[in-house]
Amino acid sequence: MSAKTLRIEGVTRSFPGQRGGAPTLALQPTELSVAPGEFVAILGPSGCGKSTLLRIVAGLDQPTAGRVLLDGITVTAPGPDRGMVFQSYTLFPWLTVEGNIRYGLRERGLPEAQQAEIAARFIARTGLRGFENHWPRQLSGGMQQRTALARALANDPEILLLDEPFGALDHQTRELMQELLLEIWEADRKTVLFVTHDIDEAIFLANRVLVMSARPGRVKAEVPVPLAYPRDWRMKTTPEFGALKARLMGEIRDEVRKAIAAAG
Amino acid sequence: MEPLKPVSPATRVVLGAGFFAVFIAAWAAATYGGWVPPLFLASPGRTLLAGWSLLTEFGFLGDIAVTIWRVVGGFLIAAAVAVPLGLLMGAFKPIEAFFEPFLSFARYLPASAFIPLLILWAGVGEAQKLSVIVIGSVFQLVIMVAGVAGATRPDLVEAARTLGSGRLAILRRVVIPAAAPQIAETLRLVLGWAWTYVIVAELIGATSGIGHMIMDSQRLLDTGQMIFGIAVIGIIGLVTDLLFKAANRRLFPWAVL
Repeated sequence: MSAKTLRIEGVTRSFPGQRGGAPTLALQPTELSVAPGEFVAILGPSGCGKSTLLRIVAGLDQPTAGRVLLDGITVTAPGPDRGMVFQSYTLFPWLTVEGNIRYGLRERGLPEAQQAEIAARFIARTGLRGFENHWPRQLSGGMQQRTALARALANDPEILLLDEPFGALDHQTRELMQELLLEIWEADRKTVLFVTHDIDEAIFLANRVLVMSARPGRVKAEVPVPLAYPRDWRMKTTPEFGALKARLMGEIRDEVRKAIAAAG
Repeated sequence: MEPLKPVSPATRVVLGAGFFAVFIAAWAAATYGGWVPPLFLASPGRTLLAGWSLLTEFGFLGDIAVTIWRVVGGFLIAAAVAVPLGLLMGAFKPIEAFFEPFLSFARYLPASAFIPLLILWAGVGEAQKLSVIVIGSVFQLVIMVAGVAGATRPDLVEAARTLGSGRLAILRRVVIPAAAPQIAETLRLVLGWAWTYVIVAELIGATSGIGHMIMDSQRLLDTGQMIFGIAVIGIIGLVTDLLFKAANRRLFPWAVL
């Protein structure tokens, strides 16, 4: 296989206890394989450890046990082969839209002309034309996340890690962003690991949905989404979509209840 | 007036100038009205006349130039040490842990208390004047720059790491640009303190400078000259402040200052 495969082997994460208390287990031993070109959504209630899992894959957090392999090589630190988009707005405020998109390219030492060419391509693909020279603070939330997506894609990562990237956006903007992401994925078929708590979003985008249990998190169900690509928004009202949604809602409801009971 | 409701720039200028007017009017009333004897407080007119003779007859412009050069010189030396050290401390916690306790001790040492020692070490020349300003500002500056650099948003650092930045690239391309506007603000603030130290340094063992002129005028009981000297410092401070603010807006158009 030429393209890379992601393997998560027995990854566990516990956080040290506060003031000598017992450590908190955030993530139970988790196994997962993602094939090249797959779009996998990780669905779960807040605090289930889904973001922790993604951060471990990114190399931003270290597992307490187990390991993450990307094409057979253990992940120990972040790298440009795993592009990430965060839920919070993480554009560099001192760089323009174009400057942000060129950040990783400059870091790799690409020549100016090539940086400009790649940036222009992703500015066009994410619908940011005309905003190249705007500062992040002049952009709406949706535009900021478009830029963050373009910045991650411009680095041509092996895998795209998306941590609730549309979580802070209003409903309409969120749906538009889902369509934009889908369009890009359908064209490039880049491997995607997408964390969300939005059931519609998970079904609409992914070809496989993993449901995580309440803390301590583990993958409690794996639901394939056998809906054909290219998909468009009308799909959200089909009976097939509805059936998948009903199934995932059932799985999630139990977990949310458990999470609330544990917190209370 | 509503709580926190902003005012227009024009109103702001008018109100700001208004208090200057009120202040000068009160001063004029107190002196011309005979409430305060001229020996203690010269009238605005006397002060301006004293200032005119200082500038035209006594070469006061030369004193002003000497004082400005001392402030700028001492301040630049302090900044050249404090900004790099502060950035390193903010970015790398072991470096911070190494220097921070000593700096917290050193910044309470009053610069003016060093003047007798500095005269012993460096005489009464320029080196002594610059040293007072450096001692007075460098420790504060390091601690404030370290605080600013240490407050760099961790999510921006994480984003940079996922885009391929290593340690030094994060310092150069994230911590420094993120901290730059606040560092410029810190420099503006500390420059104001440097003015206090230069005058203190010039009150003792100096043969030139604004502080020296004020000391001389005291011997002659010329309150007009003293007040003029003090006002000149205020005006220079106001102008540098405006220049600093304009420069910051130009340098950091992306920041909301």
